[in-house]
Amino acid sequence: MAECHPVGFQWVMEAKARGAKVIHIDPRFTRTSAVSDVHVPLRAGSDIAFLGGIVKYILDNELYFREYVTAYTNAATLISEDYQDTENLDGLFSGYDAATGTYDTSSWAYEGHDGGESRRGAVDGAGATGDGEHEAEERERAAGQELGNRGANLEHSEVERDESLQHPRCVLQVLKRHYARYTPEVVEEVCGVPKELFLQVCEAVTVNSGRERTTAWVYSVGWTQHSVGVQYIRGSAIIQLLLGNMGRPGGGIMALRGHASIQGSTDIPTLYNILPGYLPMPRAEHASLRDYLGSIGSPGQKGFWTQAPAYTTSLLKAWFGDAATAENDYGFGWLPRINGNHGTYQTVMDMLDDKVEGYFLLGQNPAVGSAHGRMQRMGMSHLKWLVVRDLQLIESATFWKDAPEIATGELRTKDIETEVFFFPAATHVEKEGTFTQTQRMLQWREKAVSPPGDARSELHFFFHMGRMLRERYEGSTLERDQGLLSMTWDYLEPGESEEPSADLVLREVNGCHLAGDEAGRPLSTFVEMKDDGTTSGGCWIYTGVYANGINQAARRTSWREQGGPWLAREWGWAWPANRRILYNRASADPEGKPWSERKALVWWDEEAGRWTGHDVPDFPVTKAPSYRPPEGASGPDGLAGDDPFIMQADGKGWLFAPSGLLDGPLPAHYEPHESPVRNPLYSQQSNPTRLNFRRKDNLSNPPVTEPGNDVFPYVFTTYRLTEHHTAGGMSRWVPYLSELQPEFFCEVSPELARERGLENLGWATIVTARTAVEARVLVTDRVVPLDIAGTVVHQIGLPYHWGVGSDAYVSGDSANDLFALSLDPNVLIQECKAATCDIQPGRRPTGPDLLRFVEEYRSRAGVTVETGNALLTLPEATA
Amino acid sequence: MSERGTTSWYGPLDPAPDAGWTEAPPRKGFFTDTSICIGCKACEVACKEWNAVPEDGLLMLGSSYDNTGALGASTWRHVAFIEQPKALGPQEAGFAGTAAGPPGSDVLNRTADSALTGDRTALGTDSSRLEVGPAGLGAVDLGMPSMTLPGSVDGAQRTDFRWLMASDVCKHCTHAGCLDVCPTGALFRTEFGTVVVQDDICNGCGYCVPACPFGVIDRRAGEKGVTKNAGIAQKCTLCYDRLGDGLQPACAKACPTTSIQFGDLDELRERAEKRVEQMHAQGIPSARLYGEDPCDGVGGVGAFFLLLDEPEVYGLPPDPVVTTRDLPAMWKKAALAAATMLAGAVAVFVGGGS
Repeated sequence: MAECHPVGFQWVMEAKARGAKVIHIDPRFTRTSAVSDVHVPLRAGSDIAFLGGIVKYILDNELYFREYVTAYTNAATLISEDYQDTENLDGLFSGYDAATGTYDTSSWAYEGHDGGESRRGAVDGAGATGDGEHEAEERERAAGQELGNRGANLEHSEVERDESLQHPRCVLQVLKRHYARYTPEVVEEVCGVPKELFLQVCEAVTVNSGRERTTAWVYSVGWTQHSVGVQYIRGSAIIQLLLGNMGRPGGGIMALRGHASIQGSTDIPTLYNILPGYLPMPRAEHASLRDYLGSIGSPGQKGFWTQAPAYTTSLLKAWFGDAATAENDYGFGWLPRINGNHGTYQTVMDMLDDKVEGYFLLGQNPAVGSAHGRMQRMGMSHLKWLVVRDLQLIESATFWKDAPEIATGELRTKDIETEVFFFPAATHVEKEGTFTQTQRMLQWREKAVSPPGDARSELHFFFHMGRMLRERYEGSTLERDQGLLSMTWDYLEPGESEEPSADLVLREVNGCHLAGDEAGRPLSTFVEMKDDGTTSGGCWIYTGVYANGINQAARRTSWREQGGPWLAREWGWAWPANRRILYNRASADPEGKPWSERKALVWWDEEAGRWTGHDVPDFPVTKAPSYRPPEGASGPDGLAGDDPFIMQADGKGWLFAPSGLLDGPLPAHYEPHESPVRNPLYSQQSNPTRLNFRRKDNLSNPPVTEPGNDVFPYVFTTYRLTEHHTAGGMSRWVPYLSELQPEFFCEVSPELARERGLENLGWATIVTARTAVEARVLVTDRVVPLDIAGTVVHQIGLPYHWGVGSDAYVSGDSANDLFALSLDPNVLIQECKAATCDIQPGRRPTGPDLLRFVEEYRSRAGVTVETGNALLTLPEATA
Repeated sequence: MSERGTTSWYGPLDPAPDAGWTEAPPRKGFFTDTSICIGCKACEVACKEWNAVPEDGLLMLGSSYDNTGALGASTWRHVAFIEQPKALGPQEAGFAGTAAGPPGSDVLNRTADSALTGDRTALGTDSSRLEVGPAGLGAVDLGMPSMTLPGSVDGAQRTDFRWLMASDVCKHCTHAGCLDVCPTGALFRTEFGTVVVQDDICNGCGYCVPACPFGVIDRRAGEKGVTKNAGIAQKCTLCYDRLGDGLQPACAKACPTTSIQFGDLDELRERAEKRVEQMHAQGIPSARLYGEDPCDGVGGVGAFFLLLDEPEVYGLPPDPVVTTRDLPAMWKKAALAAATMLAGAVAVFVGGGS
């Protein structure tokens, strides 16, 4: 965090100064470790074993927050008799279909629920087919991503519970059995973390959780960029729910994002499979709005997702204005549909197959920043046109003349027909707008200076492109053009002809009343949204950011003027409804009293008959703790007075995920796609549902389960340095930053340096089945070899900021060129935080010799298209 | 306050009034608390941005994450990164029980040092002469016995480790040698008690360079007319222009963890002493202040530090003395000698005439 988020890290230092204990778990000793109380070096790709070990420690020693767990989680809920755990199936869950590499998840359902029905919702719920086709299709559209906020469906909210937590099929007992083998000894064997050190972490985390104290977990892409990335986060979610650290001050799980507004770009998404506010993208089979809404949530479930019709209708009204009517499904038919995986990596492969004509890159440099850089560059060379909007002529804009593939002869400039349009972009200080950060807080920024020359804001670019497109299509009567022509497209302030107003956009996002006396008044909360076309709103979770016609995100009241430093509710605005801590009903006990005075956040005021406190209550404000819904009640009305997780279909925190995840209801440790270590926990080596691509241009190093793996004996991981920003577009062109870290380097331990004859400041060549890159060597005690079950595993650290090009102030080989593509099935994120490689002293060959050099490695390791692609690795008898 | 010095060449005093400023504001300075430095180098960048100091070399030094090297004419803030096989108080480095062998830090530090020494000249850090690499360095002998399994040699494993980071800067001495020897008046004492070079007055004579007991001030390398202020002595101004506008220096403003604190020196000293006590209570008895003592060899500095070990660990002189300390005595002796000689000569003439 100190490395990549130095500004946010000031608060960790502040907490430390007040007595907080800071534990840093990372393969390398980094700038964060340098100021932490404890550093835990672990093997890249082994975190689930570590987290699972903590879960077992909590359960074995009965250190969970019993009242919290019983009342607020699904610990007491019974699971279907059909469910079989990894304990029974040697690393698989029940429902695995080897033919498709997917699970039929129906057996993971709650007792009395039909998983297939509930998962599919009302429309396409034709019953579980069990042939995995449906799950394969879900993976194709990264279905897990849609659940990023809304949680998974349940057919209804009635569940069978055993409040004593003793029933063998209640979640807590399932959890106990599942993690039974995650002993401290196994953690040591898998992660290379000495038992004593691991137990020190367990003790610190549990001692610091309970009524009086809370613990927070902070993660970043070191957790997400794995073929089991989603399950890493689930691991910490289970720990936090068991310890009662959710919905309470000082608790939670914080995702640190890679850029200033990555949170904003998922809320109002740049992702292919979601609409604003985590509504799913319509699919081809959704003929009508009704079909679509039926797939979002079942009317029988609890919580606010049952209000999706209001959120969706308001979104359509914001986009299409008066043209959206009840008669035309509010323009639902004009929305584009998806029919499969259109994620970034699939799109690149579609480019290679000449299925994609054009590509927009906005502040993204895939030639350097995306995994398997060669495939990215080769893909772009197949395009007809490419638009790059960036601050500088990044490598993705100049690949046609200076890509590494030009040097090797794989590409020739004169053969590349891609027409590249470069648009200089305004920086964040040259335009107004909001940032949404990891706390979901929107902060409005004023424009400080005008952009230089031809540089313009994204808003300017898209507004005028939309304007010109609409002019081109004006008068068209073709049905397919009506969506474009019907859009509301009025973002210019009166008298302005050039720069659109971000303020007007934010107003549209907030939404307003459209009918009656209140017509034109901004909505104050998403609860006011209607499904009858009388309200608009461009992103339901952002509704309230313009409450009372005031830009709430622009508020800058210092905490000193707000009576205290820790919530400061009048600084910016946090979605939803300016809540600073989500699910904060859980900060009070089932009767509505704070668990402790020290950790009081919101509570039930019996006299006033409402929830009150320091934060905006994340609960129906007048619903008493003792309230129990009548039988059959659903939606928000179905929430009991002690159901704090109001977006979940049963109002409870999910220790066990009965639906929604495609690779298991509980996190299980799987080795990375490329690993030098055999999975010590199960016969199943890696995530059996990961998405691989069997292609000649996407070859994998042999995993330990296949011959030839000794050719690539080392683990490498990638990361950022404080001095640079991601793929370098904002730092490698800046002399003052470039001189601080001028060259691509690899970090190795003295032990590996000796083993391979690497010299400090000398050169090293790092090789995988994809390519070889060269880096300067930094030998450091900060990297330690780990003892993994008697074998020494060396790890190599590679910062990924450099790229091969001709325009940057400093350049170098790109670490991301080393990766093969293997994706998490839930959200299709690439595994680029753990893979295998070889390292040799000296510089790499250049020109066509590089290809021959890598080919030699491949043939020595016996790499074919099939290498590493066997998803199921169980012995025949078991499978 | 201990006894005051007898002259303004040595001992404690308030430098601005001593330099003739009437109604000077309280003396300003930096307290750099290295215990909370995270090595982000924002101070280096902010300083260069604000003061338009040129980029001065795209060299990787192989010295941990430090690719700046040292303070100089084009580096007014420098963050040192020190990797050592030693424990930092109660901190748990996490290496015990891993397959780690003996430490390599000491050897690596020596080679990094040798790459730096001998290449600093009176004209600043000459990038072209700093070229380092395997050819210049030779093989790095990590001093380890050959072994199959690292850590298999009893007692050879590294367990303790610390990574110290510290942002160094001009100390703005109470008794500033650079200022004392400047023949042109380019260096002067400001009303804030700081020491500033006026680049339009400096003639590049270079007297100030060896006069600095910390090796801070330097003349900027480069070609006249190409590089800004080439040949001119340059160093931190404590952002004199910002101070005049009531702003804090750029580095302090940019520091995310308040490792660099700016303010009235008296107040900073009080704050720093409390912080040292706190560090001692937290089990880091080696925490100490550096440069805050008005009775030290430079009369105390305006930019002092909290260090976590001996100053030498950070490349700072343990007992700096203003190079002009003995000037009054020397002049006295020289005057006495001259008078004696004169008297002798007169005596000779007088005697000779008799």
